[in-house]
Amino acid sequence: MNWGSVSEFFAMGGYGLYVWGAYAVTFVLIALELALLVSRRRAAGTKS
Amino acid sequence: MSSAAPQTASPGINWFKYASPQTFFPVAGALAPWFAAVAAVLFGAGLYIGFFVAPTDAQQGESYRIIFIHVPAAWMSMLIYLVMAFWAGVGLAFNTRLSGMMASALAPTGALFTFIALWTGALWGKPTWGTWWVWDARLTSELLLLFLYFGFMALQAAIDEPRRADKAGAVLALVGVINIPVIYFSVQWWNTLHQGASVGLKSAPTMAATMLAGMIVMVFACWAYAIAAALWRVRCIILEREQRSDWVRDYLRMQR
Repeated sequence: MNWGSVSEFFAMGGYGLYVWGAYAVTFVLIALELALLVSRRRAAGTKS
Repeated sequence: MSSAAPQTASPGINWFKYASPQTFFPVAGALAPWFAAVAAVLFGAGLYIGFFVAPTDAQQGESYRIIFIHVPAAWMSMLIYLVMAFWAGVGLAFNTRLSGMMASALAPTGALFTFIALWTGALWGKPTWGTWWVWDARLTSELLLLFLYFGFMALQAAIDEPRRADKAGAVLALVGVINIPVIYFSVQWWNTLHQGASVGLKSAPTMAATMLAGMIVMVFACWAYAIAAALWRVRCIILEREQRSDWVRDYLRMQR
């Protein structure tokens, strides 16, 4: 285990902004792509 | 699902049967959730290894943990382009409709991974190099890849007739393939600020075993995710393009 406490985990040894900035944007974009796929599927299903 | 008439009764496996959008549609629908489930499990396992098992890096401290998303995303950005160009080329050569649909379905996911690679690279570059961005060969050619994806999608969106859009996109995709070896070998061919490969086929990886394990698990997670997303998107494209056909009308009627 690398982390002594939760705050240590979020601090990432002083690199928290960079590490969490990388992962947060990644997961927001993946969630966005999945949401776009759902809405596109809905639109395709109601068109005809 | 209507049990459609069998396509042709040719001996052996008729591979072109699977090139029919109507045949592939339910196959993609059955496969996608499994790939998505595998992706979710592997993302969880990869992030656990990356954050809780892999040790702190001696030189870069904790900032190196960006590697677990940066390297898989960068590999995916190149691999998806190659697969996209392959399907585009197959569509040009054999005039199969599904191939062009697969190429179109892959492009947004490829652009997504390219952007993630650039974004996480910038956030990794700042603490390690002291700069968000530099116009070195690796970074510039990866940015060009993002523009190739955008160009492919914009070109296809600008052409109303799907079959012509497929052909125009295929030419662009195939010309752009030249950029992939440039990205991959840029760190060898030019003196770049970006480091050389830490993992190669011919050499032992220059990283701790648990770091490598976390990265490999994340690579497979990204593969599974990209396949699921592309299969879901190709289903949308099939419905959009075949909306006037009887089987799509029957299918949508049964959905309601």
